[in-house]
Amino acid sequence: MSTSSNSGLYREGNEWVSESSGKRWVAVIGLEVHAQLNTRTKLFCACEYRFGAQPNSQICPVCTGQPGSLPVLNGEALELAIRAGLALEGTIAERSKFDRKNYFYCDIPKNYQITQYDEPYCRGGGISLESGRRVRLNRIHIEEDAGKSTHTSGNFTLVDLNRAGVPLIESVTEADMDNAEDAVAYVTALREILVYVGASSADMEKGELRCDVNISVHPVGEAWRTKIEIKNLNSFGHIAGSIEHEIPRQIAAWETGDPERYPVQETRLFDAQLGITRSMRKKEGEADYRYFPEPDLPPITAPYNRVEELRSLLPELPAARRARYMTSLGLSAYDAGVLTASHDVADFFEACARLSKEPKEAANWISNEVLRAISGDEFDAQNIDELPIKPFDLSELIGLLREGVVHSNGARQILREMMKSGKAAGALLLELGLQQVQDEGSLKAWCAQALQQKPEVAQQVREGKEKAVGALMGLVMQSSKGKANPQRVRELLLQMIAESDVS
Amino acid sequence: MSLAAPLGLSARALREAILAGSFSVLEVTEAHLAQIAKHNSELQAFQRVDAESALARARELDAALARGEGNGPLFGVPVALKANMCVQGMETNCGSRILEGYIAPYTASFVQKLLDAGAVLLGVTEMDEFAMGSSGENSAFGCPRNPWDTQLTAGGSSSGAAVAVATRMVPIALGSDTGGSVRQPAAFCGIYGLKPTYGRISRYGLVAFGSSLDQVSPFAHTAGDLELVLEVLSGLDERDSTSLPLPAFEPERPAEAQRLVGLKVGVLKHELNADVAPEVLVQCQAQLERLEAMGAELMEIELPHLSYAIPTYYVVATAEASSNLGRYDGSLFGKRIEGDGSLTGMFEATRNGAFGDEVKRRILLGTYVLSAGYAEAWYGKAQRVRTLLRRDYAAAFEAVDVLASPTAPTTAFRLGAKKEDALAMYLSDLFTVPASLAGLPALSLPAGLTSNDTGCLPVGLQLVGPALSEGRLLRLARALESSQTSALPIPPLCTEIR
Ligand SMILES: [Zn+2]
Repeated sequence: MSTSSNSGLYREGNEWVSESSGKRWVAVIGLEVHAQLNTRTKLFCACEYRFGAQPNSQICPVCTGQPGSLPVLNGEALELAIRAGLALEGTIAERSKFDRKNYFYCDIPKNYQITQYDEPYCRGGGISLESGRRVRLNRIHIEEDAGKSTHTSGNFTLVDLNRAGVPLIESVTEADMDNAEDAVAYVTALREILVYVGASSADMEKGELRCDVNISVHPVGEAWRTKIEIKNLNSFGHIAGSIEHEIPRQIAAWETGDPERYPVQETRLFDAQLGITRSMRKKEGEADYRYFPEPDLPPITAPYNRVEELRSLLPELPAARRARYMTSLGLSAYDAGVLTASHDVADFFEACARLSKEPKEAANWISNEVLRAISGDEFDAQNIDELPIKPFDLSELIGLLREGVVHSNGARQILREMMKSGKAAGALLLELGLQQVQDEGSLKAWCAQALQQKPEVAQQVREGKEKAVGALMGLVMQSSKGKANPQRVRELLLQMIAESDVS
Repeated sequence: MSLAAPLGLSARALREAILAGSFSVLEVTEAHLAQIAKHNSELQAFQRVDAESALARARELDAALARGEGNGPLFGVPVALKANMCVQGMETNCGSRILEGYIAPYTASFVQKLLDAGAVLLGVTEMDEFAMGSSGENSAFGCPRNPWDTQLTAGGSSSGAAVAVATRMVPIALGSDTGGSVRQPAAFCGIYGLKPTYGRISRYGLVAFGSSLDQVSPFAHTAGDLELVLEVLSGLDERDSTSLPLPAFEPERPAEAQRLVGLKVGVLKHELNADVAPEVLVQCQAQLERLEAMGAELMEIELPHLSYAIPTYYVVATAEASSNLGRYDGSLFGKRIEGDGSLTGMFEATRNGAFGDEVKRRILLGTYVLSAGYAEAWYGKAQRVRTLLRRDYAAAFEAVDVLASPTAPTTAFRLGAKKEDALAMYLSDLFTVPASLAGLPALSLPAGLTSNDTGCLPVGLQLVGPALSEGRLLRLARALESSQTSALPIPPLCTEIR
């Protein structure tokens, strides 16, 4: 159904054009993103939470809602939430409060969720995307996660309450996006910021970042139409896929002209296998959650001084860092992006650039060698901090390279060794015997030997094919076991060929 | 003091007698268990008596004493809990079928404090289901009887605990007071009951009814014992975020207990006094005159928003209850009724089948006052009235030190008399709910017995003070206590205590 009606649409920039009606449509998209705060313990109790632990092994009277138990706010969660709010340029409320959201479900032990309803701890803020678009945030609030229920065959529901009570922040954007690319770019940037300030690990595979998409479509210039919510998207692919399916689906539904088939306010889920969204439940108006202030928790106060202190402790955010790398260090946009993708890498790079005084070289070596090494599985490390190599070691290697003591292949070899053993560059240079041979006598002998072996190549060079000299250089490198300084070898070869020409 | 038997003594006297070697903890425990055995089948104060563990605990304490250890403030004192208090490994059913068989996985912090002070738990007392009721008739299990006349209610919801103290089955018992659930049964049974300032005693482990109102509240048959229990239970508990960041309560110890010169007592004048039974007014008046005789100055005081207190209370308490009781759905705790096999089917069948009528009525009320479109008119307005009432009290306490009124408009009423008339039952909370809404300390003290055609029945006088003024309330209670010419009357059926 969707394919046939979709085929009557094509996209022009951020507009969709219907071939049959000629109408131009635009989408309106807002996002609600839940991020798990990086705390040691849950939001209202002392239980630790680890992803993938045995079901119901990380629970206590409080997070299982035992009668008589009471919540106590985890101060660390509040501080992380404030850090996230500040990094997202929001305004931290001096006073906010918790509310109860009442609904019945088996994975929510108290049958109410403690959340923030009309007085969230943070308002406003936003993220400027690289496309130039500004996505404004309406609010961010703190709330507790629910448990996980699994429906089995045989009509059983299994409930795991490990996740119940895990601290989340929910950030709600204004409806400032109109296409999947911007939505993905927004979530990418949001994720990056949360990770950067240490508020969340935001690992989507572990459910630490989950996204709900609110989306509607309307003909250009007309009023906004019925909003549909797509819930629980936990990968960038799903966010993009669901939006790319949902826009044509809604347009097609409106274009039928049949009110019976118009989009209705509902919640949909994304079926990743089929790449389509599916209706989960129709909304009969707003669900009645009977919100009221949580009587078990006094209002939260975030004193101005403490907020300002947290603000001063915020690291430079990735976008600002990227800009600085490009303008003052002269890096390419690509390198700047790669190096700022994580806080640790950027710090490593900056130290290395400062010590070696060669930011571009440092950037090349880190992005081409070090990060590649981490992404493979040769090294037992997930991030740069877990490697034994330190910024000083890499800057020393860059120095050796600059002075011509080692050539780039040798340096690469030394680097790999450094990443394994953590030994200093100088030590490895000697240990691996990679110092370049600079002495002219040896170099000349190897060159003469190569000319003797392949006189026909020398002839080609004489005939103007200067590139052919590479074959001779290969021979020299072989006999020198790679230690000859290739630049000098080339000069010598060309010089010797020219000299022999006289005869 | 007669040391012939350890029955009928105050907690303080019992502890002293034990430490002096007059009785062993075992003897004290056995005597009180025997008193329970004698009267409980008729009065149904206790839902469950844990005789074996009590005796084992008594032997442990005796052994500790023999080693020279143990002199806690409640050392060897038998105590009883209300059925909504969690003790690890014990059933905490709140008088409800829905929690029948629910074994608490942890111990309430106030219970732990009792134990740490050396108390001996004798058992769990009967209560109105989830503390909703003023007569004890809403328990799913037994209905306690008033020991002064077993045809009458003991009051509620902490009915069993009041009966247990009135008949000296225990010198002290813990109840919980949300809108009068300790003060009113204390008045009906002729003993003392104190609802402390909201936040004085941690609620951690008290099964919630109305979270912004609930307070653990002790019963005793002397004012001094209330003081003692408050000293033990009060103080900051980090597991309850509404617990006040204060050290434990310290009693006032005036040099001249009976001198009340300069103390101003406000007497509540209100049109609602017209609803108060004349014999209750007479007894209260007599107590006020005693206060005056000791030097206190009486003044008439009005609380302008008092007549809104009952509707406000029933909006706030039921709203919170509707949310607090949401968790009893058959999935995690207590009883499960499968219903049609679906998840919501199970929720509906369990809640329909296992909650009693009064609980259902209040959940419905609470759900209604919080529902979209009505929440502002009901819950929102109630919160504003609550603020006005707090201001009324603040203004009143500019002029007086305490406020006095009857605890309840009548003496104990006949069992069944109001069971079918919820509104009449709610109106009997007239004098107790205002202090609950304002979070203020309130004490009900015995104000003598009436003598009319129904026989001799106790009357309670309520004293309300500003936040944290428990010391003052107890000082007044002690002054009245020590000015009495005879000992506090004991229900006639307790022939063994004289
Ligand atoms: Zn927990």
